[in-house]
Amino acid sequence: MMDTLILSRIQFAANISFHILFPTITIALGWFLLFFKLRFQWTGDLKWMEAYRFWVKVFALSFAMGVVSGITMSFQFGTNWPGFMETVGNIAGPLLAYEVMTAFFLEAVFIGIMLFGFSRVPSWLHTLATFLVAFGTTMSTFWIIVLNSWMHTPQGFEMIDGVAHATSWWEIVFNPSMPYRLVHMLLASGLTVAFLIAGIAAFRYILGDRKETVRSQIRVGLTFAALLIPVQIFAGDMHGLNTLEHQPAKVAAMEGNWETRSNVPLVLFGMPNEETRTNDYAIEVPNMASIILKHSPDGVVPGLNDFVAEDGTIEHPPVAKVFWSFRVMVATGMAMLLLSWGSLVFLWRRADDGRRFAIRRLPKPLLWALVPMALSGWVATLAGWYTTEIGRQPWLVQGVMTTEMAVADVPAPMVLSTLLGYLAIYAALLLAYCGVIVYLAVKARHDDALESLTPASGEAVVDVIAREDRGGAVPAE
Amino acid sequence: MELFGYADTIWLPFVFAALMGVSILLYVVLDGYDLGVGILTPFASDAEKDMMVASIGPFWDANETWLVLAIGLLLVAFPAAHGLILSTLYLPVFFLLIGLILRGVSFEFRVKARAKYKEFWNWMFFAGSLLATLSQGFMLGLYVMGLQFTAGTFLFAALCALALTVGYAFIGATWLILKSEGDLQLRAIRWAKECIWGLVIGIGAISLATPLVSPRIWDKWFSFPSMLYLSPLPILSLLGLWLLWRSFRHLPGDGDRWAWVPFVTALGLFTLAFLGLAYSFYPFVVPEQLTIYEAASAPESLFIILIGACFVVPTILGYTALAYWVFRGKTKALRYD
Ligand code: HDD
Ligand code: HEM
Ligand code: HEM
Repeated sequence: MMDTLILSRIQFAANISFHILFPTITIALGWFLLFFKLRFQWTGDLKWMEAYRFWVKVFALSFAMGVVSGITMSFQFGTNWPGFMETVGNIAGPLLAYEVMTAFFLEAVFIGIMLFGFSRVPSWLHTLATFLVAFGTTMSTFWIIVLNSWMHTPQGFEMIDGVAHATSWWEIVFNPSMPYRLVHMLLASGLTVAFLIAGIAAFRYILGDRKETVRSQIRVGLTFAALLIPVQIFAGDMHGLNTLEHQPAKVAAMEGNWETRSNVPLVLFGMPNEETRTNDYAIEVPNMASIILKHSPDGVVPGLNDFVAEDGTIEHPPVAKVFWSFRVMVATGMAMLLLSWGSLVFLWRRADDGRRFAIRRLPKPLLWALVPMALSGWVATLAGWYTTEIGRQPWLVQGVMTTEMAVADVPAPMVLSTLLGYLAIYAALLLAYCGVIVYLAVKARHDDALESLTPASGEAVVDVIAREDRGGAVPAE
Repeated sequence: MELFGYADTIWLPFVFAALMGVSILLYVVLDGYDLGVGILTPFASDAEKDMMVASIGPFWDANETWLVLAIGLLLVAFPAAHGLILSTLYLPVFFLLIGLILRGVSFEFRVKARAKYKEFWNWMFFAGSLLATLSQGFMLGLYVMGLQFTAGTFLFAALCALALTVGYAFIGATWLILKSEGDLQLRAIRWAKECIWGLVIGIGAISLATPLVSPRIWDKWFSFPSMLYLSPLPILSLLGLWLLWRSFRHLPGDGDRWAWVPFVTALGLFTLAFLGLAYSFYPFVVPEQLTIYEAASAPESLFIILIGACFVVPTILGYTALAYWVFRGKTKALRYD
């Protein structure tokens, strides 16, 4: 029988993993929607309006999923981790409160105007609402990442009678890992959405939907992906160096490095074995880990054996989980790099009519590969978070409190029953969510292209859309 | 830091208890009307369902955010109470969350999924609204009973669950009277008339039970001269009921003149009931166990939130008002354009 601690951890991990899937999409998709809307206003080209109208549906759906799973999150602290707030509540509390006050209300109120206000408010107000929603999701990210980063690299506080008290809010907010984590997360969201847009558009294209908007969406997705991924790899590298400074045990687990030494190889593949404290079946690149982490072949890199107490107690995180999550993330990042730049090379070549960026120049296999890559952002993001969070164990707040100290004294069977309940509902909702997105993509093919109806002025567009959408909230069929 | 001669360990917890009370009250009336609309959907035709959902579509998310704020304030200002209350109410909280999840996602799925699934999502919408409401009522009941689990408190909590469901359906119906026209409005008037009794019974039961459970609360209400100061609460409530009853007789009025009366009066009734409860339990945050002063976090942390709240909360109220203004008048079908 599993105990309350492990069950609560699994439940927390399930809830946060489910939650993060949707913010990852909404954070950047909000900005993409603003991009589509502004492109439409500037060029008057209806393909941008079509792109807006397709993706705003995905946004609305993802946002609702994000909100309801987020509400679950905010109850988790009290139901399962009361020790967390009792110990560090003086720090975590204000950060969460600021998130609610500056971000949640902003997005929750303006999303109403953004989704349903198009023909009720002046165009500038609608654009402003779109901007405020995107801004709100970004603010959410800022505050929650501040809190999460503080849990990894806490500072600006003192402990009085076992309770943390803030001494400097500046130091708390701008804790050492915050900028790296924030940038990395925002880029992750951008990449997730870039590949989602390209992937879904490629899917529509393969199904025979060759509208101009579909081709433009593939281009937009691929271009943003190609721009962001090198930055992300660089940011990830910087993030790793920062972690090396503050949480060396985590980096040692990521690298699968057991002994502190110089000339550490990069383990491409291997099976970390905590019994023998070596890697089985390792395939290594000599000196590479030292070069990456210390920028010199004979740089000394800390190893896991440094984090074993005299009495044999393990004080480093579970190695294999961290090691593998990290590899999944990096591999996905590399796949993103290859695919986006590979596609751009083909697109750059001129088509018969002398134009560049003709989607039909894209080889079939690449086009097909884009479809599963629609989910690549999710994979990399989850893997990245698993690296970060499991890598912090056994600490909940690094050096301040362990996960074990925070757990509620709720009977294990009760946690098990709620855990199973959440899992069942998450599985069903995930299926429904993906199903609906595929359905929207398939259905979009039968929507008349707005451009074929073409009146150019903004007001006429509203007219056309209204005609097409008669029946309102009820879908066409 | 002192305020009017009170130390910050005294006035800060009080201010935060008040803030939390306000956000709970706002949550109850605001999400109350949209959960109520959800509870009423099975009694409406398909076309009416669309209108009902459309009437709350632009608002529900912001309404629910008051719950996040209330829980956030509890967690932030009274961390010890937060853990105690929520881990005691572990299962009801779980059902509340499942209800809110089902309800929230159904808004989207019912119009985006294949048409053949629409009926299914309509049911989920109803089921989620109902489950969330029942759990809230149940939690309220247990809280009033001092968070003790016995057969008696359980029964009382179950009664509260039913009463709150009827109460939310009532305020939902009054919202629909305000936002709809024609047949749907007539129907909403009928729903409101039918539900008002549930509300009366619910408020009555809680008002009777609270003083009986706790001698402390009994003394707070039934001693001289506090009885005198408190008499406006019941008197105003009766007045509200009378006003409601009259307005139903005149509805639907010429040019929709009275349509706002039931909703506004319902808000008033909920507020009065809430004030009564708040008076009974003050200064306890966990009934008879933990006062707000014992449970409060460090003053410096509360202070930094308060500064923010002074600037942000008026802004929030401002743009919330903007949203209600944009979507004023009778509901039209919701469209993304
Ligand atoms: C699209 C998503 C994505 C992609 C392609 C990458 N990452 Fe990442 N990574 C994340 C998404 C992410 C994340 C989900 O956003 C994490 C979890 C916490 C965080 O701040 O970012 C993360 C965490 C994370 C960490 C752990 C930070 C810690 O110790 O707390 C490191 C060292 C890296 N990343 C490094 C990389 C490198 C070297 C990449 C090169 C390919 C890379 N990431 C690609
Ligand atoms: C700012 C936001 C976050 C906070 C405050 C937070 C907090 C926590 C807490 C309290 C735990 C302890 C429970 C445990 O050890 O299982 C934990 C663990 C965990 N978190 Fe986070 N987390 C955050 C973000 C995330 C995100 C976005 C993800 C992933 C998608 C994530 C994934 C995990 C996982 C997988 C564990 C389990 C680690 C283990 O069991 O070894 N976390 N986190
Ligand atoms: C323990 C951690 C977390 C808690 C308690 C939490 C809580 C919440 C809540 C209550 C909401 C709903 C807000 C509303 O009513 O509108 C929400 C939404 C959101 N969360 Fe989280 N969250 C957590 C982790 C994260 C993480 C790690 C991120 C991103 C990096 C994130 C980003 C967002 C965003 C952008 C939204 C709004 C957009 C959407 O709903 O999709 N959250 N969160």
